Amino acid sequence: MPRVHDRGGWPEAGPINKAEHDYSLWEKRTDALLVLLTSPQKNVMRVDELRRAIESIEPEKYEKLSYYERWITAIEALMIEKGILTREEIDRRVEELSGRVD
Amino acid sequence: MPKFKPGDRVRIRVGSPPGHFRTPTYIQGKIGTIWTLYGAFRNPESLAYGGDGLPAQFLYCVCFDQTQVWEKYAGSSQDKLLIDIYEHWLEPV
Repeated sequence: MPRVHDRGGWPEAGPINKAEHDYSLWEKRTDALLVLLTSPQKNVMRVDELRRAIESIEPEKYEKLSYYERWITAIEALMIEKGILTREEIDRRVEELSGRVD
Repeated sequence: MPKFKPGDRVRIRVGSPPGHFRTPTYIQGKIGTIWTLYGAFRNPESLAYGGDGLPAQFLYCVCFDQTQVWEKYAGSSQDKLLIDIYEHWLEPV
């Protein structure tokens, strides 16, 4: 049985939604965050590490997350793995910002 | 030196190593033809864990008949699948 991200040929996965849609601000910010973290100037992480961290998301959770939710989940995991941020620091910041509306 | 050249027939290795790899399950065990050699690139299986990705691996574009890839393929028998595969996932046929 292929792992959860290895989707090719899964008949039960259903048809691909080909509808165009706009990206929300947080999705654009997530993309920008990855560009910054993988840039040669910063060199904090590699896109291969992002892929590996996405593939490491627990299968049940993976299925529930959207595309950029998987990205930000993986980026968080890598920042913690590399000792750049702690889970507590991330959670505290999310708490601080949770009342703010963009 | 690359092991394969355009036109060579190759089989994709079958495997599911515990880490990160970029050879999807659906193409494993299938026989195709080398289309292009892109060059040598650092190995993503090492880069994915913060490694240096060395030694670099040759990366090829491999061509398959869709009817060979999908058992019940309903499209044209002329349809091809082109997929990028690193050399250590290829074996000669």
